[in-house]
Formats: sequence, C-alpha cells, structure tokens
Amino acid sequence: MSIIHVNGLVKKYNGAPAVSGVSFDVEEGEIFGFLGPNGAGKTTTISILCTLLGFDSGEAVVNGFDCRRDPQKVRSSIGLVFQEYTLDNELTAYENLKFHCYLYNMEKRLMNERIDEILGVVGLAGRRNELVKRFSGGMKRRLEIARGLLHRPKVLFLDEPTLGLDPQTRSHAWEFIKKLKKSEGNTVFMTTHYMDEAEICSRIAIIDNGRIIACATPEELKRSLKGDTIYVKTTDDEKARKELESKLGLTCKKIESGLAVSVEAGEKFIPRIFEALKTPIVSVNLKRPSLEDVFINLTGREIRDYPGAPGRRGIRG
Amino acid sequence: MFSYRAIYVIVLREFTRFFRQRSRLVVTMARPLIWLLIVGSGFTKLIDDGSGVHYIQFILPGIVGMTILFSAIFSTISVVWDREFGFLREMLVAPVPRVTIVFGKLISGTALSVFQGAALLVVAPFIGLSLGFYDFLAMLLLMALAAFAITSLGLLVASFLTSLEGFNVIMNFIILPMFFLSGALYPLSVLPFYIRVFSYINPLSYGVDSFKHILLPGTGRLSAEFPLYLDIIFVSVFSVIMTFSSALAFERRK
Repeated sequence: MSIIHVNGLVKKYNGAPAVSGVSFDVEEGEIFGFLGPNGAGKTTTISILCTLLGFDSGEAVVNGFDCRRDPQKVRSSIGLVFQEYTLDNELTAYENLKFHCYLYNMEKRLMNERIDEILGVVGLAGRRNELVKRFSGGMKRRLEIARGLLHRPKVLFLDEPTLGLDPQTRSHAWEFIKKLKKSEGNTVFMTTHYMDEAEICSRIAIIDNGRIIACATPEELKRSLKGDTIYVKTTDDEKARKELESKLGLTCKKIESGLAVSVEAGEKFIPRIFEALKTPIVSVNLKRPSLEDVFINLTGREIRDYPGAPGRRGIRG
Repeated sequence: MFSYRAIYVIVLREFTRFFRQRSRLVVTMARPLIWLLIVGSGFTKLIDDGSGVHYIQFILPGIVGMTILFSAIFSTISVVWDREFGFLREMLVAPVPRVTIVFGKLISGTALSVFQGAALLVVAPFIGLSLGFYDFLAMLLLMALAAFAITSLGLLVASFLTSLEGFNVIMNFIILPMFFLSGALYPLSVLPFYIRVFSYINPLSYGVDSFKHILLPGTGRLSAEFPLYLDIIFVSVFSVIMTFSSALAFERRK
C-alpha cells in the first residue's frame, strides 16, 4: 500500500483553481519530488496533505489516514519543514526541540535521548544551548529538519527546503538530506523549483498550472527525450566519422570540436565506439539530457521564465 | 480532548520568553510605579475628600487593573507574533487540537498578568494600606479572574489579526478607553450617564471594583461601587463567552 495516496484533488481559491485534479501515489521509502515553477500548486498540495488547508474535491490519504476525516492522525504521522523559518528565535536549539517533543507527547526520557541524537546527526550538538537567533540560515534549516524528524514521522515533508540559502549551503543541505534518508529511512516528500535538486529524487512529478504533466523517475523522464549525446574527438575526425557511419550505422554530426552522435543509453554505447574506431581517440564526452530539457520539452517554457506568482496563498496559520 | 503536556510547554515557552526579554520586564514593572508615584502622589496633594482615603491609595486598585490590562493584552500579541514569524504553524501541524493552543495562551497570559499584579501589591504597605495574608490570597484570585477575562478578549481580537501593526493600532484603541472607563482614576459615579454606560460593559470596571473591595474596605465615595458578587459574575461570564469565541475563531481559521 502506498504511504501517500492522492486522487483527483481539486483546490480553488475564490473560484480560481490552484490545484485542478491532481492524482499520484508515493511508495514507502521513496524520495518523491514535486517539481514546478512558483505558483504551480506545490505548496497548496503540501498544505492539504499536512491538513493545514481544506480542499474542494478529491481524495488525500497519508499513512492510511484520510486528511479530512482524521487530520490529527495524519499530523502525528508526518514531519514538516516549511518554506519559511518556523523556529522561535528567542529560544535555544534545545528548547525549540523540547517544545516539539511536548507537542507530540513524547516520553521525557526518550525525549532527551532523541534530542541529543538528532542534534548530533545535524551537526549542532555543540550549539545545543545557544539562542536560535544567533544561528545562520543553514544552521536554522538543519535544526528545522532535525525538529521535523524528532518524532520519527513516517513521511517528512520538505517545502522548498533550500529556498533562500546560498548555493554552498544548498548543496550541503542536500548532502545532509540524502544522508538522513539513509540513516532514518523515512519517506521524503519534497517540492522544489531547482532542477538540479530534483535529481536526487527517486521519482518526480512535474506540476504546472495545478496539473501533473509527468510523473516518473528522473532517468525515465530524461530518457523520454531523444537520448544522450556523445561527443568524440579524434586525431582525424573526418576519417573517424566514416568509420562510425560504416561500422555502426550512425549518423554523426561534425561540430567545431569533433563529432556529435545521438544515441539512446549513451553510457552503454561508449565501449562500442572504442571498439569500432581505428583512429586514435583524443576525448569522449557524454551529455545526458537534463531535467531542465524535460521541462522545456513538456511545457515549451523554461522553468525560470515564469512570473513570480505568490508562493503561499492563504495558508498562513 | 486536551493535551496537558502541550498546554504546559506553551505556557513554559511564554514564561521563558518573558523573563528573557529584560527590556520588557523593566518596562512592565516601571509603568505602574510611574503612575502610582508620580500621578498618584501629585493628585494626593490636590484631592482630599475627607473620607480618609488618600488619592495614591485610591488608585492602587486601578493601577493593579492597568498592569493586568497591559500585560494580558500584550501577552496575546504573541499569537500575532507567532503568526508573523511562522512559529504558529509549528503548533498548527502538531497532533493536538487547536483549542490546546488557545488554552496555553490563555493560561500563560493570565499567569504572567497575575505575577505582575502581585509584584505591584508589594508597594501597598508603603502607601499606608494594610494587606493581610488572606487579603493577598483574595487579590490573587480576583486578579486571576480579571486577567483571564482580558486575555480571552485580547486572544479573540488577536485571532483575527495578521500583522503586528494592526495589532498595535487596535489594541491601543481598546486599551486606553478600557483603562479610563474602568474607574481606575476616578469613581464611576462622577461620570455623566452617557459615558458611564460604557463603563458598565467594560470587564475592567468590574475587575478594578473587585480589587477595591479588598484594598479599600469601607463605604466612602472612593470605595467599591458594585457588590462583589456582581463583579465576580460579570467577569466570569465575560471570560466564558470570550474563551468560547476565541476557541471557535481559532478552529475556523486555516
């Protein structure tokens, strides 16, 4: 049974649809990514799944509990990291975590054990009793992720977890999320509008204008494009081209820095190029299609072309 | 239905924040003393109605009421604050009923206000008022009642507000009339009737009146004006209505 089940979900704000008929399933243990431009309906969907927002029609089930009928049971099954910081700056890291444990009715002995453990995991053990207002953006994010994991939720929701972080901190945050995924083993549901970040997902749903336009593994999505491109540079490109065309039946494009060959599953094709070519090879380069290319292919637009639609609508407490 | 540990930790957080903000602590302690010592001692020289009650003594119940008013209303700013800084969401996604948050805020607002009111009562002997142990206990109870009523009112207002600016505008608009119409600075009987009617629907009037019963025993012009049971009934009924309304407002808001 899937851990998140969404079927025909519709949510309108004053008659204007924000989510129009979204359906998907997330299996236990997956990192499931919601990829789309701002205002596509990502945060709305996540808010509905976290029971912070009602919806007009459809079905939303998390960990076997209906989001409408059993909101409290849904809430105890999930951990959540919002786009904005939701820590109390006037409290210490420990106090923020303690607050969380009490809200989730965690046993006191277990609480201190878990807090120490999780602070170690996120590398903040030394900052346990420091006020959060002295923390950097990246440290706050790590603390929030730690807090989201404290009560061992079945699903961890991350809504644009790297928004507002500098590139270096961003990549650190992802390293960290991947590592956590290994040690804690939860299901992770995340939204992002950064293409490169979506690559770590086991599956991605691409959402645009409130609809899912594709849902597959990153590999499958990219394979749906024409295929990979192999760039070959040899000592004599003209001779090499003839060799490749006669022996492998390929059409090669002569480009400025060598030859470009379009093939499917490029990594498996490279050895055959080595076998076929008598001309000495200078360099071989494989370029896979990126998710950016997938998105352009599906929508005809680049993800960054969108006007910055309001990211959060009416979902503030 | 309630999660007691959740309520406990919400209250604990408000106390931790309160005592950590030194400036807030100083201001809330200094304001009533300024009123009492500067306004009070000034008017004492000016006003003597021959009843044996000095003006500085007369306004002590009113200043206790003011302390509670400010402290209770401004404790509810934390709801708006939490909304503005996102922390409210951490509470809203927790597996506890929303009503838990309402009660956590109510209890912390009440407790902080009673604490400040009680601290102020320490000056009573220095201005010539005797305050026995049982009087002090009675004051604690009456202050808790008044503080609860005003916190619940503040909470209801705060649950509709989304910005700190809005909160400051509205609360100042509520606080000053409530204070001046409460009988804190002059007996309600001196007010013309068309102003006095507003005093009759002001919960602080009944709160301050109940403090006068304890702090200014006697029957002079400067003593209590309503029967004590009426004070208690009005404040209690007001609290219950406001508590239900703010719980409802919280439950409805998404």
